[in-house]
Formats: sequence, C-alpha cells, structure tokens
Amino acid sequence: MRELLDSESADRGLRRVAGEILERHLDASNLVLIGIRRGGVPLARRIGYWLERLDGTLPPLGHVDITLYRDDAATAMPNPRIGPSSVPVTLDQRVVILVDDVLYTGRTIRAALDALLDYGRPKRIELAVLVDRGGREFPIQPDYVVRTVEVAPDERVDVHTKGEFTNVDAVPLSSPTIPPPSSVQ
Amino acid sequence: MTQEQLRHLLDIKSLSPLLAEQILDTADSFLEVNRRPVRKVPTLRGKTVLNVFFEASTRTRSSFELAGKRLGADVMNVGGSSSSTSKGETLRDTVATLDAMHADVIVIRHAASGAAAYVAERTRASIINAGDGMHEHPSQALLDTFTIRRHLGKIRGLKVAICGDIAHSRVARSDTLLLSRLGASVHLAGPRTLLPIGAENWGATIHDRLEPALEGANVVMMLRIQKERLQARLFSTMREYSQQFGLNDARIALASPNAVVMHPGPINRGVEISGHIADGSKSVILDQVEAGVAVRMAILYLCAKDPEQTIGP
Repeated sequence: MRELLDSESADRGLRRVAGEILERHLDASNLVLIGIRRGGVPLARRIGYWLERLDGTLPPLGHVDITLYRDDAATAMPNPRIGPSSVPVTLDQRVVILVDDVLYTGRTIRAALDALLDYGRPKRIELAVLVDRGGREFPIQPDYVVRTVEVAPDERVDVHTKGEFTNVDAVPLSSPTIPPPSSVQ
Repeated sequence: MTQEQLRHLLDIKSLSPLLAEQILDTADSFLEVNRRPVRKVPTLRGKTVLNVFFEASTRTRSSFELAGKRLGADVMNVGGSSSSTSKGETLRDTVATLDAMHADVIVIRHAASGAAAYVAERTRASIINAGDGMHEHPSQALLDTFTIRRHLGKIRGLKVAICGDIAHSRVARSDTLLLSRLGASVHLAGPRTLLPIGAENWGATIHDRLEPALEGANVVMMLRIQKERLQARLFSTMREYSQQFGLNDARIALASPNAVVMHPGPINRGVEISGHIADGSKSVILDQVEAGVAVRMAILYLCAKDPEQTIGP
C-alpha cells in the first residue's frame, strides 16, 4: 500500500480547486455542485465549504446516482442498490461542477453526464476530481484535479472520507475492500 | 456470496420477504425518476417487454407499459381480442410464438389461475404475473405495500382492513399474503357469500361485518364489487350491499384518526365507497396509481437483468 494523499494535502487541494473555480467563474452565484454517489458526495460538500469561505456564497449542492445510466447496467452486479439522486435546482443555464473521487476509465463520468442532462440543459459542465489515475477508455478529462498520478491496472485507489478528512491510498486489487464512506446517505 | 435474484414474479407466496423489500427499496429511487424533467432512463435500452393481456385491463397494462418505456425498453402490447387466441390458438402455442420473438420480459394477465406459472415453464423470458384468474396479482400487492410504507412509514404492527368481494379478488389474496408476511395484522370483511373458503390459512382474521374490521384500522382497503356477482345472486341489491358494506362517514370514523383509504380501482362511487371519501383527505387512491409505475419499474428492472452474464461491481 502506498499513500497518494494524506488528509491535510487532500483538503489543501480541495481548497485550491475551490479557488480555481472562483478564478474561472468570478462568483459562485450561478454554480451548482453535483457529487457522483457515493465517493463524490462528501468531496462536493467540502468544495462547497471552501467556496463559501472564500466567496461568501454556498452554491446549491446535489448528487446523482449513475447506476441506471451505466453502459453495463443490464449485466453488472446481481443485486444493485439504486441510490437516490437529488438535484435541488433546475440545471438550465447553470454552471455545473461535477465532482467525483477517482477518475479512471471515464465511463462513470459519461454516465453522469447523461444523468445530468435529464435535469435540464446546463450552460456548462466542468469536472473536478480528487485523483486522476490515468487509464482512460473514453475521451474525457478533468477541469480541476487535486492529484494526478499513474496507478497500475492491478492496483485499486481507495478513498477514505470521514467528516472533512479524506485520505487516499493505492492498494493491490487483491486486498480486501474497505466499506465505502458511511457518511453518505 | 450468492444473492437471491428475481427471475420471475409469479406470486407473493413464492416471493421471499428479502426480495420483496428489495423491490420496494428500488421503487423508492424510481419514484424520483418519475418526477424529473426528463422521466426516462436508458437502463433497459435494447430489451423487449411484451404485455400480453388476455383479460381487459387499463391501469395495470398502461402502468407496465409506462414503466417499461421509462426504463428505455421496447414495449409491445398484445391484446386479447385482437390476438390469435380469439382464432383458437392455445396458450401454449401463443407462448411459443412470443418466445421466438426473443422477449426479455413477458407481462401476462390471463383468466386461468396458474397461467403465469405455466408460461414460465415454457419460455426463456422472465414472466411477470399481472393477474391470473382468482389466484394472485403480485405487482398490485407490492404497490399497495409500497404506498402504505410511504404514508405510514412501516408495515409491521399495522391493522389493515380489506373489505368487499374477497372470494373473487386476487388482489385481496396477494395483499393479505404480503402484508401479513411483513408483520401487519390483516382483517378481511365482506358478506358471507363473498368470503373465500380457507382464507384463515392466508394469515388473516375474517369478519362478516365491516365494523369489527374497521375498528382502529390504520389502512382501509375497499374492493370493487362486480355487477356479475349480483347476477350470480351472491347478494340481493347494490343498494343493500352499499348500506351494509359500503364505506361511509360513520364507518370510517371507527378507523384510526390517521388511517389511509385505498382502492385498487376501478371505483364504483356510492357502492363500496362514498364519493367524498374517495376524494377526501384520507384517500391515497391516486398515490397508488403513481406508486404503481415506480414499483413496476423496479420489478422490470430487477427481472430484466441478465443473470448468467453477471460480472462483479
């Protein structure tokens, strides 16, 4: 196991991402933060926290569950739990910051884009991720990244979030899975 | 880890409580899909759902049709009077024909009890029973349970009164089996001529008057009384039936103050239920219809997945 991000540098990175978002959009009034369930949800919340600290406005927060939009939806997982999606405002004419924990093949993002378009026609969608591990199978790239690092295909990236603390490890695929963050409902 | 997989939905009797709960939980998420600006997801793209209704039906058929379409499946309706059954084809041959069309899911309603199970043994498709004779109507029971759970927050410990023509009602049978299995105490009430023989074995308490069933009930479910039963002389007049077994203000006052009133439809206003109770604040009849689409989406979704091609998450 090797550590990719400790909780301090992860949070500093998320603060930097919030700053970059404000630099690009000047104010946060037209933004919507949408986390991809489940790993992206606490990160979207944390970026929201930093946006509020830096700019004084907390953009609306939402989340999407992509289970129904997966390109392998009809075959994957014997008993999938479809989680709730919640988009608090119409996305028409809004700038959506889509947030996920790890960017890998790009398939999740493709599915999330389809899901978002069912809630309206955003003016723009940008992607923020905690870790870009390479290995893309679709032409998708992030707009904001906390850490870019090559991770071998036989390794898995584990993200542990507890409250405002997030740390990230690369572990061999064969090692046992740690349950996903419980702070997400 | 081996998990139970929904292959067919034939009846409540063979449905495990675990799978029932999974259908209800999945339906919760589909309720949200049905309230979005775009009420459609691509999950079952390329899958074919056949609605085969040998008996007349408006709400169940359109509910399954809408459910399939909102999941992105191709849905085809095969009707009773327009089908080759009216030209003398047997059920077995009809099924063989439909199977050759490579349907993924066949939703079937038939006047013969056991028809869905018969078809399930003779096809590769997943079979969903949308009502077979006087046997069962499992998707209705699931949507009723879903509606109760949403309004009252639980099933366990509730008193549920199901009133009317119990003997001829597959809805009553499926509802009783599911609700009592999930911990509700079910009370069936109706004229003696319309009470089934052996209903004690369903896990319910039987009454030949409405009042003891309604007393303190959390859920009051009224069943449609069919005019055909009048011709069969199972009760004397509609007027008399309504006086003795119709839900009116005096009777609903016996139920718990926060009780919900349900009806699987179609309603005979002024016969089994007074019009203003059907439209009143306790009535969740239209919520049942909305829940119907979400629950049937969950059933189609869980049935239409390919079990043999399962790969890890």
